[in-house]
Amino acid sequence: MEGRCGEGSHTQSPSCAAVRSRKPCMDTGKHREKASSKKTEPRRATRPSSSDTRGLNGTSTEKRLRYSDCDYTPLCPLLSVAALSLCTRFYRITEPPHVCWDETHFGKMGSYYINRTFFFDVHPPLGKMLIGLAGYLTGYDGTFPFIKPGDKYEHHNYWGMRGFCAVLGSCLPPFAFLVVLELSHSTPAALITASLLIFDTGYITLSQYILLDPILMFFIMGAVLSMVKFNHQRLRPFSWSWWLWLLLTGVNLSGSLGVKFVGLFNILLVGINTAWDLWRLLGDLHLSLVDFMKHLIARMFGLIMLPLFLYTTIFAVHFVILNRSGPGDGFFSSAFQSRLIGNNLHNATMPEYLAYGSIITLKNLRIAGGYLHSHWHLYPEGVGAHQQQVTAYLHKDYNNLWLVKRPNSDDFTWNPELIRHGDIIRLEHKETTRNLHSHLHEAPLTKKHLQVTGYGINGTGDPNDLWQVEVCGGKKGDPVKVLRSKVRLLHRSTGCVLYSSGKTLPKWGWEQVEVTCSPYLKETPNSQWNIEDHVNPKLPNISLHVLKPSFLEILLESHIVMIRGNSGLKPKDNEINSKPWHWPINYQGLRFSGVNETEYRVYLLGNPVIWWLNLFSLGLFVVMVSLCCVALQRGAKLGGTKKGKQVLMEGGGLLFLGWLLHYLPFYTMGRILYYHHYFPAMLFSSMLTGITTLDLVGMLSTKLGSFFYLFHPLSYGMNGPLAHDPTSSMAGLRWLDSWEF
Amino acid sequence: IKLFLSKEAVLSTHLYEYPALMLSLLHSFDEVYYGQFVSLYMKRVFFIDESGPPLGHMILALGGYLGDFDGNFVWNRIGAEYTSNVPVWTLRLIPALCGSLCVPLGYLLVVELGYSHFTALGASLLLLMENSLIVQSRFMLLDSVLIFFLLLAVVSYLRFHKHLCCFSSLWKWLWLFLSGTSCAFAVGVKYMGLFTYLLLLGLAAVHTWHVIGDKTLCNVMLVQVVVRFLVLVVMPALLYLGFFYVHLILLYRSGPHDQMMSSAFQASLEGGLSRITQGQPLEVAFGSQVTLRSASSKPLPCWLHSHKANYPIRYENGRGSSHQQQVTCYPFKDVNNWWIIKDPSRQSLVVSSPPRPVRHGDIIQLLHGMTSRFLNTHDVAAPMSPHSQEVTGYIDFNVSMPAQNLWRVDITNRESDRDVWKTILSEVQLIHVNTSAVLKLSGASLPDWGFRQLEVVGDKIYKGYQQSGVWNVEEHRYGKSHEQKERELELKSPTHDDISRNLTFMAKFIELQWKMLTVRNEESEHKYSSLPLEWITMDTNIAYWLHPSNNAQIHLIGNSVTWTLANLALFIYVLLFLTYLLRRRRKIEDIPEACWEQLVLAGVVCSGGWVVNYLPFFLMEKTLFLYHYLPALTFQILQIPVVVEHLYTHVLRSPSQHKAFGGVILAALCSVYFCYRIFSPLTYGQPELTSEELAALRWRDSWDILFRKR
Repeated sequence: MEGRCGEGSHTQSPSCAAVRSRKPCMDTGKHREKASSKKTEPRRATRPSSSDTRGLNGTSTEKRLRYSDCDYTPLCPLLSVAALSLCTRFYRITEPPHVCWDETHFGKMGSYYINRTFFFDVHPPLGKMLIGLAGYLTGYDGTFPFIKPGDKYEHHNYWGMRGFCAVLGSCLPPFAFLVVLELSHSTPAALITASLLIFDTGYITLSQYILLDPILMFFIMGAVLSMVKFNHQRLRPFSWSWWLWLLLTGVNLSGSLGVKFVGLFNILLVGINTAWDLWRLLGDLHLSLVDFMKHLIARMFGLIMLPLFLYTTIFAVHFVILNRSGPGDGFFSSAFQSRLIGNNLHNATMPEYLAYGSIITLKNLRIAGGYLHSHWHLYPEGVGAHQQQVTAYLHKDYNNLWLVKRPNSDDFTWNPELIRHGDIIRLEHKETTRNLHSHLHEAPLTKKHLQVTGYGINGTGDPNDLWQVEVCGGKKGDPVKVLRSKVRLLHRSTGCVLYSSGKTLPKWGWEQVEVTCSPYLKETPNSQWNIEDHVNPKLPNISLHVLKPSFLEILLESHIVMIRGNSGLKPKDNEINSKPWHWPINYQGLRFSGVNETEYRVYLLGNPVIWWLNLFSLGLFVVMVSLCCVALQRGAKLGGTKKGKQVLMEGGGLLFLGWLLHYLPFYTMGRILYYHHYFPAMLFSSMLTGITTLDLVGMLSTKLGSFFYLFHPLSYGMNGPLAHDPTSSMAGLRWLDSWEF
Repeated sequence: IKLFLSKEAVLSTHLYEYPALMLSLLHSFDEVYYGQFVSLYMKRVFFIDESGPPLGHMILALGGYLGDFDGNFVWNRIGAEYTSNVPVWTLRLIPALCGSLCVPLGYLLVVELGYSHFTALGASLLLLMENSLIVQSRFMLLDSVLIFFLLLAVVSYLRFHKHLCCFSSLWKWLWLFLSGTSCAFAVGVKYMGLFTYLLLLGLAAVHTWHVIGDKTLCNVMLVQVVVRFLVLVVMPALLYLGFFYVHLILLYRSGPHDQMMSSAFQASLEGGLSRITQGQPLEVAFGSQVTLRSASSKPLPCWLHSHKANYPIRYENGRGSSHQQQVTCYPFKDVNNWWIIKDPSRQSLVVSSPPRPVRHGDIIQLLHGMTSRFLNTHDVAAPMSPHSQEVTGYIDFNVSMPAQNLWRVDITNRESDRDVWKTILSEVQLIHVNTSAVLKLSGASLPDWGFRQLEVVGDKIYKGYQQSGVWNVEEHRYGKSHEQKERELELKSPTHDDISRNLTFMAKFIELQWKMLTVRNEESEHKYSSLPLEWITMDTNIAYWLHPSNNAQIHLIGNSVTWTLANLALFIYVLLFLTYLLRRRRKIEDIPEACWEQLVLAGVVCSGGWVVNYLPFFLMEKTLFLYHYLPALTFQILQIPVVVEHLYTHVLRSPSQHKAFGGVILAALCSVYFCYRIFSPLTYGQPELTSEELAALRWRDSWDILFRKR
């Protein structure tokens, strides 16, 4: 090590001195030496030509040497971090032997993959696919129903899925260790960060169950780590390690986005970092424009094309695996459903052309549009006329059936007559025998449109029940094809067109989707319907081929459905929901399992010391950076602390940005929020703490361990009286009234 | 001087256009909304309006004050004719004045950005011929006032910035002062002003940063920074408080919105609750007769209530109940809201002398005044919220269900542990002794058997502080009658005695501001509401007024040509900016440094103004209308001449190109003028158009132009 310093530059560079002066806090001198001497040799040989041109001036040589000198990994601390995190994550992992919290969703979805039944979820599929895979490999057969939290697993193999999540979860501390090491070149700082994450009860709890969060955080940390490593390679562009880290960043980005849409914040972080990097390169006049374009294209390939490709691949796999009809069918279009084995549209046989006397369901052609639906409930007082509700409903149901009738008489001749473009029909709701009706009242939500109701008894109504059938792109006399024709229904007396606005009705409408009659006749999918089911005993059934949708159409459709689903997760009125400002102060945790004292309880709550320390160091960081900036702006010389300042401003700045990007967007979200949404942001905050509070090393590492011991029952589970009972063993630990263990 | 004259001419033509409809005795659209507040100001009646801070309403009310408006007008129907006591002219004067002053301010803004007077004249012409701005400023609406203050703030800040060289000039600081003041006024008119204020603060922060970096300054630097901070941050905040101070001074009578406020706040208003509570005893004692108001005013303010009706034996879903007397929360004043506080160890229901006050931690029983049932809760699921306990008025059915009617008083805002329970001031939790359940409002309402009143439950897993579990004593008197009959009479009579209490201004301000920000009306879509995306292309309009008998009508429709030009200018600006930025990074300087800085500043003000006033609407969930876009539009229009001058001087070089470009500019101005002329019947409401002419004006299918059926 020291020899190399001498070799590279005869004058001792300041970095060499820094490395040496740090030596006392290292316990792995040998490893370091080995690693560095092995690694640096080949790299020098393969140094690319572009850096050679600049390598002529002294400072840049010095800089490169400094980087290569510090480019070692203290193996021993890293291994111990990894071992410790594995131990803490795997301790009592099979407890409790029943379904905890969201395991009921994600475990169930894992089973769906094993059973290959189609389902719908608001998150992208990668996380659940991996859970399913882990379950499959460890011998889980997908038969456990995961009905509600608290169900006993009994003989089912659930530990495999939990273990998989725990393995990914225990990667976080080593990753954080490496990131901080890379940013600060200081093992103590890296150790602080790692110990913050190892001894945080919240991370342990979150890593021990079948949840998406450990998978998500694994990819987020992976992306950050590879990004930081990639930044470090900036002096060796286009070397193999440069490419490796670039591509790894891309892979991890697609992974994090493939688990949850929260991965978008991560992409934003990497994007900003890359933009900044490119900006720096553009300003470097030594670099020709051609070289710059090479950089740009390489990044575009690694950070945009590759993730996009992987992301679509994930969906492709998802659709290939799930090929059986399941609970999620109704959310998707008729064409999509025909792909699914077991769905009634798969190899469907039905009469080909619509005729009077048919019983049909009408599906809106808007992406994730519902079936035209009605039920025995009236619009409430004050919402248009007090008549029966007509809505769009996403699930298959008897109330979606409508009977097609002639405008005036009810008799059906023996030879059924086909309905053609321009014909006038009435639609009678099968269950309630009311006619589809519209009139000059404003619609409940879309006030520019007219209200649609069910009107009349036993099919007798009034002239407002008449609708004109139009086939889009058709001409007079064209018959209406089932499944394939796009149909518009024009209201005869007002001239408006039957329309599904996509807005969710309030509680009185059972949170189904609003159906209106739109006076604007512009052609949109919202006003187009197709006939999905078609029953007419007097017509021959013909095997129908539905046009199979292309993969891109399916992809787009499933994304729109997911986004709608996400924004549909609104907090209920009387529920107390978690607010983003609750999170950093550790205001309130989350019940994973059990409520009262007879049950086995698990409670998700961060280690309060760690969380409050993180909060404090965030403040400390802001103060330090602003003081530093003002001092620099005033031209003060910050002498010896230049390196420290660089670490603080660049490394710390990156982490601070990461924290902001993973935290602030939640303030603008309308959907229901939970405490565990903060954990990705918390990762950045913990790493920042590692960097800002180097000095507090010795004191902290002992303290944290002891508090971990005190709080460990929260995640490993506890018995006996609740903590507000003074006799409880946890009584002294209930530091806030809102903690409910 | 010539230019100044032309500016004056611009101003006067703009004003001249006003009187035309000013005399029309009809009112339109949102005037109904603001009008009611003006009336309330005139009558000095307290109100709360969640749509914005009070300054805007006060400015409109000033118009009413100048016209001696007595506030007697029912603002309930759009299109209703004004009665003779409403000074329509003065009410509409201030917005119209502000609207016309926007035109010269646009001129000044472009000049301050460093562009020529011709360019500035172009800017003011475009603003002048913008139909939507004209319509909006001709009615009693706040948008033109807001735009006026926004432009004033930016102009005066730029003036200040230009004076940077001379440090001690008084004028310079006066401009800064004006800028800070108009920022405060803009925010005071509508919360929307906050966006531009933040933009201005950002600009000022960057400039201040340069000042900090200026190493030639030493002590002066610190003074500069501190003064800027005081004038741009502290002073606007103080002024904002000042608006509320004036607001609360002006409105001292109780009114329709009283119930949304806390009891203490209501008691500070003249009339209303203070008339009832005036003279109540302060300390709640054993034997007191009280009404208990829930601190949670969602969905309605309500009082703990019971009546002679029992819970049904079986609910609709088959669950059973205790069949004891219902206890609910009732949103109206009623004699059944009275409860008597009883000491469990004594039989007496009257206040002894001296009164024994109830303190924090004391155990009490609550006896319903009219039915003499004790407040009780037990381990039976509540009707609507089955995870909580049912709360009843206890009836002994002799079915081994003992009374559990002891409650512990827990004063949440206590100062010491022996605090006395005070009327109105104390916030109290009632904790059930046997089950430690907390009496709270569940938020659900009961079905028909419970007369649609609100459900009250005992919550066993209550945690933290929730408003729904907090109650305060609103009406209060010391009980004197021993007999039930006497007591019923006593309950029906009004309370008396004497104490007074006052809230500080800050307490009132915080409560009012908090209520304004959190109270949300159930907002649904309006016939003319629109989405932000529709604004750029003006796919929507708002019909303001239709003549009761003919086709004359007023619409909020902008000048399509100007809107298109503004979008185009923004696009070109972004393109220019990016090109220059990237080329400068490669050290290729197409334009001199000073010119670049000028372009950037213009971009920050104009494009930045558009961005900050437009993009936040995508995140808002309230009902939005086209007029929310007008501030953004104003800044976007100012971008047009800026881009034009830059293209003229720096991009086009040969004289022939200059000539051609001049022709294009002239043609554009002419088409703006023609568009303005074409739509002016819809802007001024006259002359009346035939149905065919109206149909021809419907340039977009999505515009709702009204046709009267003959």
